[in-house]
Amino acid sequence: MALQVRSYANALVLGVAGRLDQDNCEAFRADLMVHVERSAHDGGAVILDLCGLEYISSAGLRCFLLASRQAKTQHGRIFMAALQPMVAEIFEISHFNMVFQVFPTVREALAAASSEAAAAFDLT
Amino acid sequence: MTMRIRFWGTRGSIPVALTSYDIRDKLARALVEASGRTFASYEEAHAFASTELDFSITHTFGGHTPCVELDLGGEEYFVCDVGSGARPFGVHVLAKQSRRPATVNVFMSHVHWDHIMGFPFFGPAYVPGTRIRIHSCHDVCEQAFRLQQAAPCFPVAFSQLAASIEFVKLEPDKPHEVSGLTVTPHLQLHSGDSFGYRFEKDGKRVVYSTDSEHKLENRAEAEGFAAFFRDADVVIFDAMYALADAISVKADWGHSSNIVGVELCQMANARHLVLFHHEPANDDATLEGLLKEARRFEELTRSGEPLKVSAAYDGLEIEP
Repeated sequence: MALQVRSYANALVLGVAGRLDQDNCEAFRADLMVHVERSAHDGGAVILDLCGLEYISSAGLRCFLLASRQAKTQHGRIFMAALQPMVAEIFEISHFNMVFQVFPTVREALAAASSEAAAAFDLT
Repeated sequence: MTMRIRFWGTRGSIPVALTSYDIRDKLARALVEASGRTFASYEEAHAFASTELDFSITHTFGGHTPCVELDLGGEEYFVCDVGSGARPFGVHVLAKQSRRPATVNVFMSHVHWDHIMGFPFFGPAYVPGTRIRIHSCHDVCEQAFRLQQAAPCFPVAFSQLAASIEFVKLEPDKPHEVSGLTVTPHLQLHSGDSFGYRFEKDGKRVVYSTDSEHKLENRAEAEGFAAFFRDADVVIFDAMYALADAISVKADWGHSSNIVGVELCQMANARHLVLFHHEPANDDATLEGLLKEARRFEELTRSGEPLKVSAAYDGLEIEP
């Protein structure tokens, strides 16, 4: 599962697509952690753009949780954005909507990250 | 011969009881739901309560700690764990035996207190002629049973019990024949280890898997449990927490979630998942919410035959 990477000021947007489950979660987690370590520190944010994510299992949710923990230790943040209805429902069912900040759009998540990140998005 | 599963205790960690506040809350919610309707008789009101109100208003999941009976329809009794639910189970055995001594086969998941605390109150243990065989994979099983009845914690020492009590050591992942029932224990992740049991008889397969944490990143572990649950008619599963809690603030506490229960049962092609070992801090409405969420998750992720999902409650009886 390849991550689509876009950068806006102090925020990095990672596009996640397809299915995230036990079959691919470890490779995904390793990729994600590289980006989190580089970008989600000292006020910086990583935004996971989930508009292309069709399904996520408990193992996939755990990857997000580990990434969030890593970001917190670095004083960074992770936001979720643009969840498809089924994935949004899985977030609610598993109570992960209470763990992460979830935004309807990437633009709104960027605005929560910083006004500079939202302005950079608006220029594209 | 029909197998029947009877849940005498379904709560984890410590017994709980409804409070007067809880009862008032249920009554108030029922009155709101009735919304000014009037009922000409008790029967009419009862029918309304039975058909139109949520389980969490009209019932309670109960508060006894784990004790689950497998009734094979024969002379002997089979029971998983002897938490505080063993007290009402003992009352049931005494009533059914009407003074005849019983033979009771116990299968211990582990010896944490919530799983043994009912034994000093298990009536048949005080009846001469009763035979109790306590099966376990733990070396410390007998020590734990004796310890909880040692002075100054309890007035009757284990050695004073009138029943003939035998401790039987089982080997993990090996099928054992116990009075016509095939029993296979399986090691689980829990402080001090716990063991699940797969019971098989006359083509029926029941798995009792409580006090078991699952590490989601470990595919081999998941496949091992899928094999242990394979084609089970019923899987009684430790679903103490919601997934987010189970893998964050309560990681390494030795318990699992409703969501992982659904995933493992789907992998295993099991037919019926029973959520078990309920968190003592959860009220009835919260437990009903976790059940509804598990059922919805099963619908969303279903790829083959539907998996039935229930939540155990004290007094529930099911046929595999």
